[in-house]
Amino acid sequence: MHIQRRTGRAAALGALIVLAGCAAPASAPDYDALLAEMLKASFRDQGIATVDRLKQDASNAECSKALGTGLPEATAKAIEAANLKTVKMPADGRFIGDWKEGEKLAQNGRGMTWTDASTATSANGGNCYNCHQITKAEISYGTIGPSLYQYGKLRGVTDPAAPASAEMLKYTWGKIWNAKATNACSNMPRFGHAGVLNAAQIRDLMALLLDPTSPVNAQ
Amino acid sequence: MKALLIAIALCVSACGALAQGKSTADGIAEYRKMLEDGNPAELFEAKGEGLWKQKRGPRNMSLEQCDLGKGPGQVRGAFVELPRYFADTRKVQDLESRLLTCMETLQGFDAGEIAKTPFGRGEQLTLEALAAWISAESRGQRFNLPQGHAQERMSYELGKRAFFYRAGPHDFACASCHGEAGKRIRLQDLPKLTVNPGDGVGFAAWPAYRVSNGEMWSMQRRLNDCFRQQRFPYPGYASDLTIALGVYMGVNAKGAESIAPALKR
Repeated sequence: MHIQRRTGRAAALGALIVLAGCAAPASAPDYDALLAEMLKASFRDQGIATVDRLKQDASNAECSKALGTGLPEATAKAIEAANLKTVKMPADGRFIGDWKEGEKLAQNGRGMTWTDASTATSANGGNCYNCHQITKAEISYGTIGPSLYQYGKLRGVTDPAAPASAEMLKYTWGKIWNAKATNACSNMPRFGHAGVLNAAQIRDLMALLLDPTSPVNAQ
Repeated sequence: MKALLIAIALCVSACGALAQGKSTADGIAEYRKMLEDGNPAELFEAKGEGLWKQKRGPRNMSLEQCDLGKGPGQVRGAFVELPRYFADTRKVQDLESRLLTCMETLQGFDAGEIAKTPFGRGEQLTLEALAAWISAESRGQRFNLPQGHAQERMSYELGKRAFFYRAGPHDFACASCHGEAGKRIRLQDLPKLTVNPGDGVGFAAWPAYRVSNGEMWSMQRRLNDCFRQQRFPYPGYASDLTIALGVYMGVNAKGAESIAPALKR
């Protein structure tokens, strides 16, 4: 009797599973594959902006799939570690260039679009003011990134050549070279890693942020 | 012409206002108000209405039997329900891709050729005027895109993924600029497009007349320039991905009042 009841129950359960199986919707579509197909069909080359740009590295793929939500910590850490490996510190150990050239680059939002003629670093600006406040004088600045006004001063950099400044110089260079090394899904381009800016240009941007005589710190 | 001159003069005064510390939004709201009786978009609307009714193309037919989703010839209210699924083409279409269909089936134009024509030339000028008039016929109405058809829901899901798709030399996605509220590029306010950003903002503000260059931009052209600045390759006019983005933004904007054709910097 006992056994029979159990068997009956098991049979009923089995029937439920079968029913649920029938009622369940078809498995979710493979959106990633469908999107890839759609991207391929929808974009074409134009000038320097070729369709190979749509190819994602692991970092961009993970951050895209998160659809605006955060990444699991382990994934974020792995992305940051992989990006950290790409950071090339200046070969000659010189981190600081000319802040006046840096200011010009910061103002310059050009480069890398299909209306630009060349992908050479010399054709590109830093786009900095598009997203950051930098000097006090420039009031037309964006707010996607944090304010960089008094960047060096607030971080206690009074002499960039002093040994005490070394860590801050390396950290800042790393941010500009590859911002994903410290923030997996940062909105900031990876200027050095992506070949948008060269070491000399990054040196000038470093000067804008860290030279005590730069208007960022002096005004 | 007079309206255009007024627009230019007011742009100059609005730019002056910016220098005095007013936000871009304040400046634009101000000259929008001043231009209430003379938005140059009206010139495009009038042209668009004429083109809708005019017999044109290899078949010498008008577009008056074009079905924009509410039945042949029903224009009023159609814009705020686009993009949507169309049974005859078995595709989700936005305003521009639907107009291409009508220009091909009714008038005998080659839709593929028109899609390949650069903005501001040939039949693209027809499309921008038609978009101006058709959107104006829904001015003041609220966005309410249908999501009843499986393809409409699929288009939304793919549009969402396209919105967050980061790539290119700058790692940009639509979401890089439009994923958070209250952000700016330089002084330009950026609408958050993952939600309803408000009446007459974002999706509810295009097509628009651009004072800076005197051009009428449809949503297709707006998206095209977004992708240029995103450092992406070139999106095909009325391509599936641009339509999916329209579905994503349009569904998110449910309830937002359309002010199209709007007036822009």
